[in-house]
Amino acid sequence: MSEAARFDIEQMLRLALTPVEPPEDLRTRVESTLQELTDAAVDELDGWELGAMRDPRNWVRPVVATAVGATAGTALVVLRVRQQRKKNAAAAHSPLDLAQRTLRAAVGEARKLARLD
Amino acid sequence: MDPRDKAKLDRAFTELYRAHLRDVYSYAYYRVGNHHDAEDLTEQTFLQAYRHFERAQAESDGRPLRPWLIRIAHNLAANLYRDRSRRPQTSIDDTTMLSAVHTTEDLVEGRDELARIIEGIHQLPDERREALIMRFALGMDNREIARAMGKTDGATKVLLHRAIKQLEGIVTPA
Repeated sequence: MSEAARFDIEQMLRLALTPVEPPEDLRTRVESTLQELTDAAVDELDGWELGAMRDPRNWVRPVVATAVGATAGTALVVLRVRQQRKKNAAAAHSPLDLAQRTLRAAVGEARKLARLD
Repeated sequence: MDPRDKAKLDRAFTELYRAHLRDVYSYAYYRVGNHHDAEDLTEQTFLQAYRHFERAQAESDGRPLRPWLIRIAHNLAANLYRDRSRRPQTSIDDTTMLSAVHTTEDLVEGRDELARIIEGIHQLPDERREALIMRFALGMDNREIARAMGKTDGATKVLLHRAIKQLEGIVTPA
């Protein structure tokens, strides 16, 4: 077979076997079936998350997250209070006054942190 | 399976479906020869693919999944013929098919040639006809066709060469 003849028949094959667009109703039908399957998966996910929270074995992660958050917050308050300690010590009239100033600073920092959250 | 993974898998499948609906439908149409069976075959192909998508995705190792989809359609079409014990009800060379997929311009310019080619394709053995449909209707390369037909790349190249040669023998006037 010559190259020209082969080229010609391949061109004709491309014309003869033109891709066929699927009918719109088929597209809609298959998409709707797939959507139903996907929706079922999403519903299952919602149910699974609620169900999972009822299972005590799944409480570990949120408890750990809360503990880590609380520890980090406390460390930040301590750090900031320590930074203000020199200023408080200079301004305090007595050890009791210093303790009161330190306590007020700690409460103030904790409130600031709570507002940020 | 974790439902979150399932939802993700469903989204990936929807993308696959959107990308290849036309390929599967074109294959089905040229394989069975009429819109009604082609629609059923396409729908069944995607439902079957959905059931096994997770495994296919895991085993594909990043390779395209089109050959896998076409292989499903090929197997379902074979079952369809076996169950009904018949060839397509509507011949692939009928005039309705010609006008359904070709523009008026195509038909005016080369209706006779096109009709001869389509009739010639219809006369080819199933395997050769399928290889031509995959190459020319779907634009699949040798490797994709090989994967869809469960052959080696070399065997696919030979199959396509022989299909074109046989078709040329059929359509070229003696």
